[in-house]
Order: sequence, then structure tokens, then C-alpha cells
Amino acid sequence: MLYYLGLIMEYFKNYMKTRLTYRADFWVEVISDLLFQATNFIFILVVFMHTDSLGGWSQNEVIFVYGFFMVPYAVFSCFVNMWNFSERYIVKGEMDRVLTRPAHHLFQIFLENIDPPALIGGLVGIIIMAISGGQLGLPLEWWTIPALIILTLSAVAIYTGIYTALTSLSFYSDAPTGILPLMFNIQNYGRYPVTIYNRTIQILLTWVIPFAFVGIYPAALFLQREEMTGMALLTPVMGAVFLAIGLLAWNMGVKRYKGAGS
Amino acid sequence: MLDAYLDFIRIRFLTMLAYRINYYTGILIYTLNIGVNYFTWKAIYGDGDSLGGFTAVQMTTYVAVSWMARAFYFNNLDREISSDIRDGSIAIQFIRPYNYVFAKMMQGLGEGMFRFLLFMIPGMAIAMLLFPVQLPTAPSAWAGFLVMLIFSFLINSQINVITGLSAFFIENNEGVMRMKRVLVDLFSGLIVPISLFPGWLSKVLEVLPFQAITYLPGSVFTGRVQGVGIWNVLGIQVFWFAALIIPMILLYRAARQRLFVQGG
Repeated sequence: MLYYLGLIMEYFKNYMKTRLTYRADFWVEVISDLLFQATNFIFILVVFMHTDSLGGWSQNEVIFVYGFFMVPYAVFSCFVNMWNFSERYIVKGEMDRVLTRPAHHLFQIFLENIDPPALIGGLVGIIIMAISGGQLGLPLEWWTIPALIILTLSAVAIYTGIYTALTSLSFYSDAPTGILPLMFNIQNYGRYPVTIYNRTIQILLTWVIPFAFVGIYPAALFLQREEMTGMALLTPVMGAVFLAIGLLAWNMGVKRYKGAGS
Repeated sequence: MLDAYLDFIRIRFLTMLAYRINYYTGILIYTLNIGVNYFTWKAIYGDGDSLGGFTAVQMTTYVAVSWMARAFYFNNLDREISSDIRDGSIAIQFIRPYNYVFAKMMQGLGEGMFRFLLFMIPGMAIAMLLFPVQLPTAPSAWAGFLVMLIFSFLINSQINVITGLSAFFIENNEGVMRMKRVLVDLFSGLIVPISLFPGWLSKVLEVLPFQAITYLPGSVFTGRVQGVGIWNVLGIQVFWFAALIIPMILLYRAARQRLFVQGG
């Protein structure tokens, strides 16, 4: 455990060094992150210019859900960044280097790609939740903060599980363009009240690629939406299940790995 | 010389064919995207008939057509160029007897043709089975749409090339590329048709090139714009295609002066 903590420190120092080399990019990245969030925000605002409620949810409620959605997403993008996995580790053969080291391979890959600027988006998410929650008159109970932490971690586990499982597919087919970018658009739909979708899509977003558990379900707990409380409480279970699936798929994939690069 | 460029198209097409497994999942995911957007819009419409000049059926068609057009025009030229720059292989490509940017565009076209045949057409068929999509019957609308689709591809690829070449000036352009992806999806009208934006924002977007990628062709194809309007749309696309060549050439020239290889 101490060994892994030490590694985190070392990787972080390394990260800072590369960051200082590419200084201008840091701010570009923070701005681009926030801009991405802003575009989704614009979408919500535009939608509510034309309607008063989306499947029975008001503008402030949808904005609150979005604020919550930003927090686990920020934590996930900071610590789990696998966008270039296939090109970097399989095609270029860097996986060999990772496998010869004593620390767990997935852990190393996560650490090599940490992205602390992403956390700023989470901060903005908390501010959005505070503002829209204030306007909705949501009470701050004793359990609000602990629940927020637990649900955030569970949502991060779901993200990690899904993307790790998908990334481990690149051990089987080393295609240049992955399905990760395609998935990227879908995760946004978990923010909207899933009840507006038809049955198939609801099931898909709840049980197959459970992005509803990183947005609408957990946020419903704070919004005191009783119809979704059960689902909100299920979030940690889904987190554990999908993280397990992801790790299992990953370990199976690694066994199949044969060095490809030079 | 032209043969060489045609080979770029052919080779990229064949490369994509070799990795086609991805595209079967791609069709499913695009269909899911269309489905989710369709239901979101249905909830927004509620009992209303028309939003921003779109009827509910036109909106469904617009969503389906836009996503399927994206399947064709989308490519990763920006990422390819910046990784060529970062690993230094661009130096070799610069001394080869072809124009680097033009070659990249041709590779993009090969990818686009692959996506058109194996992604867009089957995807459209599935979308038509699942959702109330109403495609026009007039052959002129189809011919016009195909021409516009090519310009969508050209303009989107030009924006990608410009983003990719920016890696010469900001060595790590990951952030810029992400920003571009988001901007293109939102401002091209893929996620929200531009006529639904608040007045001032749609005014701003009308003078930017992004609307020429998705919104304008989509509007023609859903029947919102007819007759003379088609020529106007085409005119705007040609204008942006011509206008974007200038920054591309300037960047390319400046890049050749500035080239320093970071690794390799």
C-alpha cells in the first residue's frame, strides 16, 4: 500500500515536470474542458427555452443533475485516461515495458496518464449543484456530503469498469480508431431523465452501459425524487459489479497480449 | 502524380476494411445516439407541433440525417497530423514528392468512402426501420444532398487539418483538438439545430464555418429549405471551402519553416 502511495507521488512529480515543459497547453486544456461542459450546458438552456419541463423535470433540476454528473466525470478523467491506450501501448509496444515492472499493470497505465486539470470541472460541478440546489430549496442534511462522496466514487467505479472493459478489447483487435470516442457521446445521455426514453434505451442505459448511474439516478437522491431513490441506492452495487467486470476483462485481455512493437 | 493521390484513397479504404470490426459496433452506437436524441426531442416537443421551424417528423429526420452525415464526414486527421508532428515522422513526409496536406485529405477521403458504404448506408437503413424518418423523394434533393455531403467532408477535414497543424506552434495540442471536437459537434448543429439557438447566438453561428458541415445540408434534406435555397446553401459551402484553404496554406508554409523534431 505504502509502495503504491509512493508511486503516486513519483508519477505526480513526473507529471509536473512534463507539464512545465508544455506550459501553454495546461490552460488550453482547462479551458477546453470547461468549454465542453459549457456546450452541454448551452444544450440544456436551449432546450428549456422551448419547453418548461423535460419528462416532468424542471430546468433547475436538470441543471442540478448536470452539476452532479460533472463531479464523478472529473474524477474519472483525472485518474482514468485510456484514450490512446491502443496506439500507445499495443501498437507501439509499450505494454512490454509496463508488464516487466512489479506494480500492477493497470495501475501503472492509469498513473502514466493522470490529468489533474480535469478536476477543475468537478469544482465547477459542485458550484453548479450549490447554486441550483439553493434555488430549488434543497436542504443540506447530515448525510448529504457522505452520500455525495460515496455516490461519486461509485459512479467513478462504473465509468472505470465500462472504459476498462472496452479498452481491453484492444487486446483482441488492434484497430486504429476505437469505439471509445463513439461511447463518449452516449455517456452524456445518462444525465437526462431516463424515463423519457423508450424501454429498450432505458434498459440499455441502466443495465448494459449503465450511464444513468453516473448522472440521473444518484442525483435523484439529492433532489428527493422518490421514484428513483431505489436506483440511487443501487449505485454502489452497480459500481462494484461493473468495476469487477472491467478488471476481469482486463486481466483476461492481458493474458492474451503478445508484444507487437519494437 | 494523380495516381499517387488516388492510391492514398485506395490504401486507406483497404486499411479501414481490414479493421472493420469496429464499424459494426459503430453502427449500433450511432443508432443508439439517434434513438436517444429522438426521444429527447420527443419529450421536448411534448404536445407542440413545431420548434424553430422544425416539425416533429422533420426533427427526427434531421437528427437521423445529421448523425449519418457525421458518420461520413468524421475523421481523425487532426490526431494523425499532430502525432506525425510529435513523433517526427512528418520530417520524412515533407521531403517526399507529394503535398503533405493534400495527401492527408486524400486519406481522409478514403476513410470517408469506407464509412459511407459500410457505415452510413446500413446505419441509415436501420434508423429508418426504427424511427419515423421521412426522406425526400425528389431526385434533385438526393443529388443536392450528395454534393453538399462532399463539401461537409471537405470543410470538416480542412478544420481538422488546421487543428492538426497547430501542433507545430503549441507542441501538445491535445486540448485544442478536444475543444475543436466539441465546438464542431455543437456549432455545426448536430446536437441542436441552429435555428433553435437564442437569436444572438444563431446570428454568430451563421457567420462561422461550422453550420456548413451539418446544419445547412440537414436543413435542405429535411425539406426546410427548397428551390433557390439549395443554391444558397451550396454557395455558402463553396465559400467556406475556398476561404479555409487560405489559413491551411499559411499554416503549412509557416510549419515548414518552423519544423523542429521533438523525438523519433
